[in-house]
Amino acid sequence: MSDLLTLTGVHTHIGRYHILQGVDFAVPEGQVTMLLGRNGAGKTTTLRTVMGLWPASRGEIVLAGERIEAGTTPDIARRGVGYVPESMAVFSDLTVRENLVLGARDRDLDDARLDWIFGFFPALKRFWLSRAGSLSGGQKQMLSIARAIVEPRKLLLIDEPTKGLAPAIVMALIECLKEIKRRGATILMVEQNFHAARELGDTVLVMDNGAIVHRGAMADLAADVALQERLLGLSLETHQ
Amino acid sequence: MSDTATSDALPKPKRDLLPVLLPAAFALLMLPLVGSASSWATLLAASLAMGMMIFIMASGLTLVFGLMDVLNFGHGAFIAVGAYIATLVFLPLAGWSQADSLLTNLAVLVPAAVLAMGVTALLGLFVERVLILPVYGQHLKQILMTTGGLIVAEQTLYALWGPQIIPMPLPASLRGSFIFGEVAVAKYRLLAMLVGLAVFIAIQLVLNRTKIGLLIRAGVENREMVEALGYRIRRLFLGVFMVGAALAGLGGVMWGLYREQVHASIGDELTVLVFIVVIIGGLGSVGGCFIGALLVAMVANFGGFLVPKLALVSNILLMVAILMWRPRGLYAVTSR
Repeated sequence: MSDLLTLTGVHTHIGRYHILQGVDFAVPEGQVTMLLGRNGAGKTTTLRTVMGLWPASRGEIVLAGERIEAGTTPDIARRGVGYVPESMAVFSDLTVRENLVLGARDRDLDDARLDWIFGFFPALKRFWLSRAGSLSGGQKQMLSIARAIVEPRKLLLIDEPTKGLAPAIVMALIECLKEIKRRGATILMVEQNFHAARELGDTVLVMDNGAIVHRGAMADLAADVALQERLLGLSLETHQ
Repeated sequence: MSDTATSDALPKPKRDLLPVLLPAAFALLMLPLVGSASSWATLLAASLAMGMMIFIMASGLTLVFGLMDVLNFGHGAFIAVGAYIATLVFLPLAGWSQADSLLTNLAVLVPAAVLAMGVTALLGLFVERVLILPVYGQHLKQILMTTGGLIVAEQTLYALWGPQIIPMPLPASLRGSFIFGEVAVAKYRLLAMLVGLAVFIAIQLVLNRTKIGLLIRAGVENREMVEALGYRIRRLFLGVFMVGAALAGLGGVMWGLYREQVHASIGDELTVLVFIVVIIGGLGSVGGCFIGALLVAMVANFGGFLVPKLALVSNILLMVAILMWRPRGLYAVTSR
């Protein structure tokens, strides 16, 4: 399987801080790649750098064979990258419908695709004309994800979708993301919830201090408690 | 899609009407203080007209502020330039302007307004590309650049037109008043109110009914996310900046006619008022800007009538009072 996204020797500076210090990895097409690591390891910065929100100071980022590290955020988005930020960033003053209309960019909303989305996010259909600001946290997260997939995208960047959500909502969200994955989406996802990562991930990358310190199959990491302990400072038993 | 048109269970967010009631409450409160009903009505009409003119000037600035976090202290330059450009039409066509026919008068007024708006829009294009583009995200430099721009614009006006006050008399058919019972409302004030209301409605329609408006509202709330969805927000911002400049130009023409004279110092004079209105309303909120403009005008007119000595500080006091009540302005729409 070919790689849809590759990062080679990527460095990112934010002000005086040198956050990414030579990040190398590849995201295979059609797979879910989990990006794990402690707080402050550089996971969010990695997604933001790919998105062009914090420009790479050095290194190469290639999406579907073309270099994008010098591109602006709108140009990168137009190459087919959907972004779900950590803060969800739904437009709270706009309705659910208006949020999705913006997600569809230049096209009209596709009814068949909307029905598919409503299938796993029924709340969005119910609150179609409500202000996004009045939704619950879980519903906002669903809207944020729906906005990223309302049109087919080559690559989805999803930053900690389960953060701050109640366990029951997390379980439901995992099922939704599995459905999106079944449709053949390529996803690079940051996650702190190891259970969610294990359920969704095909491959896994672990970051520390601005670099990738482990890469491999998610199943191997999930089976190796000692490795989890060493890389993430946790074991599955204590986490669950 | 028709079955998605219902939304249940979710509580409708309460419309925040308190700020809307504020100007009405203020006006009613003034009635016993002013005493005479006809004086009160005249002051109210003056307030509404002045408020609408200030709103026209400030509406663009609030969107520029809200959308791109740009502090444009040079906004007053568009006001002054708009007024001067109008004199280019008014002075040579003084005969038409003073003729006793509404149609002939309009043949001066409309081209003057259109020309002023066109020139200030182009000036806006130049200012955004040359002065503001290099200093995005740097407030201190924005203040220096735009304040400098205002000084340069003002001095250029003096160099081209001279330092004297230029008279710009009202067209003949806009002179005088309509009499409603005991109340006389100047025709020009009525026109100012109508134009202001039309601008307000037009902005609301664009913001709420068009995709461009959707993008502006989304961008005011979270510009980064709008870019991450693939929209080139800087182009949109340039458009908003030019429209804001054109509206300031229109406001300048209207203010010049209101005073029946034009001088480059109106730029400075109105910048302060316009900033107070934008801050009172909440950065980026057109509705807040509308109410803020009404309040500022009411405080100026009623305050000037009741306690003339307070006239100089009344707007600052109003701003302090509003910000103590709502620290981010009447309607806080940005996340900043």
